[in-house]
Amino acid sequence: MLDQNTFDLRRYIQGNGQSMGVWIALIVMIAFGAMRYDNFTGAYNISSFLNYNSMFIVIALGMCFVIMTGGIDLSVGSVVAFASVCVAYLSPYGIQVALPGGILAGMAIGGLNAFFVIAMRIPPFIATLATMLGAKGGALVISGRQTISVDWGSNFTKFGMGSVGGILPWSIIVVALLAVALWIVLEKTSIGRTVEAIGGGEDATKMMGLPVNRAKAFVYILSGGCAGLAGVILASGFGAGQPLEGVGWELSAIASVVVGGTLLTGGLGSVPATVAGALLLGLVFNILNFENGRGVISFSAYWQMVIRGLFLFVVILLQSRVSRVGAKQGA
Amino acid sequence: MPGFDTRMLAKHGGLIALAVLLLINIAITPNFLQLQTLFVNISQVATIAIVAVGMTLVIATAGIDLSVGAVMAVAGALAPLIFLSEFAQAYPTLGLAASIIVPILVALLCGLFNGVLVAYLGVQPIIATLIFFISGRGIAQVLTNGNLQTFAHPGFSYIGTGKILGLPFQGWLVVVIAIVFWYIVNRTLFGRRILAVGGNERAAKLTGTPVRRVKTGVYVISAGLSGIAGLIVVAINSASDAARIGNLMELDAIASAVVGGTLLMGGKAPIFGAVLGAVIIQLVKYTLLANGVADEVALIAKAGIIVLAVYVQQGRKE
Amino acid sequence: MQPLLKMQGINKSFAGVAALTSAELEIAPGEVHAVIGQNGAGKSTLIKILTGVYRKDSGDIAFEDKPWNALSPRESQDNGIATIYQELSLVPLRSVTENVIMGYEPRTRFGLIDWKAAHKRTREILADFGVDIDVTQPLGNYSTAIQQLTAIARAVSLNSRLVIMDEPTSSLDDREVETLFGVVRGLKARGVSVIYISHFLDELFQICDRATIMRDGQRVAVREIASTTKLGLIADMLGRDPEEISAAGMTDLGGGTHEAGELLLEATNLHTDRNLRDVSVSVHKGEIVGLGGLLGSGRTEAARAIFAMDKLRNGTVATHRNPAGFRDPAEAIRGGIGFLTEDRKAEGIVPEMSVRENMTLALMPRLVRNGAIDRAKEEEIVKKFVDALGIKLASIEQPIRELSGGNQQKVLLARWLALEPDLLILDEPTRGVDVGAKFEIQSIIREYVEKGVGVLLISSEFEELVEGADRIVVLQDGKSVSELQNPGITEESLIGAIARSHDGPGKGAAA
Repeated sequence: MLDQNTFDLRRYIQGNGQSMGVWIALIVMIAFGAMRYDNFTGAYNISSFLNYNSMFIVIALGMCFVIMTGGIDLSVGSVVAFASVCVAYLSPYGIQVALPGGILAGMAIGGLNAFFVIAMRIPPFIATLATMLGAKGGALVISGRQTISVDWGSNFTKFGMGSVGGILPWSIIVVALLAVALWIVLEKTSIGRTVEAIGGGEDATKMMGLPVNRAKAFVYILSGGCAGLAGVILASGFGAGQPLEGVGWELSAIASVVVGGTLLTGGLGSVPATVAGALLLGLVFNILNFENGRGVISFSAYWQMVIRGLFLFVVILLQSRVSRVGAKQGA
Repeated sequence: MPGFDTRMLAKHGGLIALAVLLLINIAITPNFLQLQTLFVNISQVATIAIVAVGMTLVIATAGIDLSVGAVMAVAGALAPLIFLSEFAQAYPTLGLAASIIVPILVALLCGLFNGVLVAYLGVQPIIATLIFFISGRGIAQVLTNGNLQTFAHPGFSYIGTGKILGLPFQGWLVVVIAIVFWYIVNRTLFGRRILAVGGNERAAKLTGTPVRRVKTGVYVISAGLSGIAGLIVVAINSASDAARIGNLMELDAIASAVVGGTLLMGGKAPIFGAVLGAVIIQLVKYTLLANGVADEVALIAKAGIIVLAVYVQQGRKE
Repeated sequence: MQPLLKMQGINKSFAGVAALTSAELEIAPGEVHAVIGQNGAGKSTLIKILTGVYRKDSGDIAFEDKPWNALSPRESQDNGIATIYQELSLVPLRSVTENVIMGYEPRTRFGLIDWKAAHKRTREILADFGVDIDVTQPLGNYSTAIQQLTAIARAVSLNSRLVIMDEPTSSLDDREVETLFGVVRGLKARGVSVIYISHFLDELFQICDRATIMRDGQRVAVREIASTTKLGLIADMLGRDPEEISAAGMTDLGGGTHEAGELLLEATNLHTDRNLRDVSVSVHKGEIVGLGGLLGSGRTEAARAIFAMDKLRNGTVATHRNPAGFRDPAEAIRGGIGFLTEDRKAEGIVPEMSVRENMTLALMPRLVRNGAIDRAKEEEIVKKFVDALGIKLASIEQPIRELSGGNQQKVLLARWLALEPDLLILDEPTRGVDVGAKFEIQSIIREYVEKGVGVLLISSEFEELVEGADRIVVLQDGKSVSELQNPGITEESLIGAIARSHDGPGKGAAA
């Protein structure tokens, strides 16, 4: 019988401890908010919280898949803006046209990312930085630098503003269904396995004969599509296509993914933990808003960006130990 | 198949592109061959070139610095706060000195933060510098409360509008910075170590290279140069808008470095190449602008250039 | 009998340089066929063309009498040729099961992966190899040997008719090698052919039927293993006369002939986090001390600890100049120690840098005058070593990646010699270089030892250790267990010492 290393407990705790930590942090923060603020658990706050954060959850989901392959998608923020403008123009035809239209618009840019990364072998962050510019330029060109008002006559705004029972917005229902579908794809299909294998070692995955390029194309197009969906939610929820929105959203998405325990170097990731990560980041802002309302602290909109950065910083500090263990294992 | 042609293109692509751009401009851009045009372009290209030099050093260690634009904004927001303060009103010379030195020191600190994250905590450079990429601009806006600060301060404005021997001050500054860093890269221990770290980090470590200090050093330099560039932008405009200073500069700088022949995988630091790259990027912008192309279309064009430049570079790697 | 595989007139060049010129290969059904040759002989290129990693420029390949033109590793796998590459082609972060069945997963009725069945199947496949592990764990949690066997298990489970093994034993210890040989014999018994690529000629005599010998991108001979000798194979590879080599001796180090001088290094009870538990070793002036032992016994780890690459948890390193040891490699270098790494590509060369820059990488701090590197002095030193070591190059400004393995190794050796060190730690100094360069490197080392340099030598080749070292410290499981003194050491006595220290009965390649 051969020697074998025994099961590495420390690594296991570090690996799963973080995603467990996210859920615990989430529960603690909800409990804190519920006790401290009167309206925290009110239907209005829950509904608007879920509606607003459904956008961040969905782009984090796409980002999660990209990061699992060891890549990154910096274009998501611009794609949201681009798609929101596109759907604003499509809104007179109703949500049944605008929804697929917005997703397709996002997927088109995701496809461009995929082409750059796979066919032209451009490093993902350069490729997506370029499409970030391109999508932003595109959004400004087709909108004529204006906010494009949607058609209020069609059923378009019902998607972003309506809810089930006044508490569950349609947007979060769609995003939740998507999350479950993606969870199954990741855990139970070979394309999902290939995605994680690529992050663990692209050459090895290729040598195993797995469809590396197809999986990479899948993640970038998925991420674009997710950002497109977020654009639909944005336009429909705020009644306008907004070419200047989405700045810094990629950071939120990356932070959510990372806080959910996905290794930035790829190879390990989780769909539910990513959703939890996005909710956690949203809660941070929600609670700060409540504090702001109480007049305890006062922070301008500019603080949002600072806090996003801080949040990512803290998460990275937590993860740098874990990923070093991962790197050692991989070596 | 990236064959012989792309390799030729990669080697002399920068100069060819420059020549083509100049010819196009001479042919179609009105008043291109005017001294005024030269001055405008020099003053615009200076900030790109200065930041691109720092970016080149970072990329040479196989890193990347996405925070350059945000660091420019921090430095650019700080300077007017200082020289418009009561202290500076009371002691004008000291105030002017402080308004240049303090923002650069703060920029260096930002670089130290990036460097420590990358070198000592092992965070990937994209992620580490993404923190400031977003929050740095937020900090600048918090500092100024999002207000546009306008001013008339001849002393400070000199770094943006002054002239030496009839040419803009910042043009000379670029020349000095480029020469200094060319010398550092090619003639000093630190320079050789930058290339070794980017070329093969483990080999560098094994031969006694202080890898962490070298890496931290390049991020500090990059941020310091970004700080200087931020001051120049503010001085040129006689106004400071935290939302706009250095916006998308990281792209210009990366594009300049790549067009100039820097390998994204590290190990090469062509300083003058980066300056040439900056000139090309600036000329593209100017060409589009001078011929009435809208800003947002120029964005798309720039995106295209970046993709193309990196693509050509990939061909050379073969 | 009809050959299973027939490759004829294969040509391939990279950027104008010919890697293969009408190369040939013929494999019979159910045979274990060795492909050997020096580095750069074209073995890997030929195999990668077969498996679809590279495209051939011209030539014909027939597999099972049908034309073969695999366009990807996947395609060749699906058509019966499986490959286990030299670099482990596995994903350590993912589970064992995923690594074995990925791409061929059992499905449920809904088309989703049936994990229960997948784990079961993986356990069954691995059981054939005598491996019983938790298959749901990340592969990276297991030893290199298990990972290697997992790769083989994957290949075999795909119902291949031809399995290609590229240096399969390079990271296995003797017992694991025996397990592997068992697997190879099992494959043969089932009528599966095996292409076996290895630098270890001894292994070929244990399991191969025939050998194709390659040189300069061509097939120069095909030998029946039973009717050839090791010397004969080496002669084929080198294109030289067997007698000539025999007269020259197999190695050129010549240990045990010198009086040891003053004490240079005294390392005691070294203990680090990297599988090093208790190693003591000393080196004197003008002495070669060998570290013997199997792979994983702690040889490289001991060297890294002395050179301050790894932190000591326990124990002391003292040199005649630095009684308190070193905090980092930079200090060790200043203290007069050089460390030639075993992993030339990953830890040695800086590929994009010139030969000049590579050679002076460790020396640089001493070349600084007034804040700048003294280029004239640098070039003078580099040229001196290029001449002295006979490094073949176009110019010292040539990127080192363009040099052959042997010449790269010489540059790296010069990197340390230029420091005029008191002590050189040489980890596998002749691995992966051709036989000619090997002799040259060995005689350079000897020359410096005679000038008084102390050497700590690590080598997987028993011959090199036995003939080269004055003393051999035998390591096992991260501990130094015994010491042998030259003259008087033979390969048998070294193997005996290593085997004695093992508790288990299994002992391998000694036979």
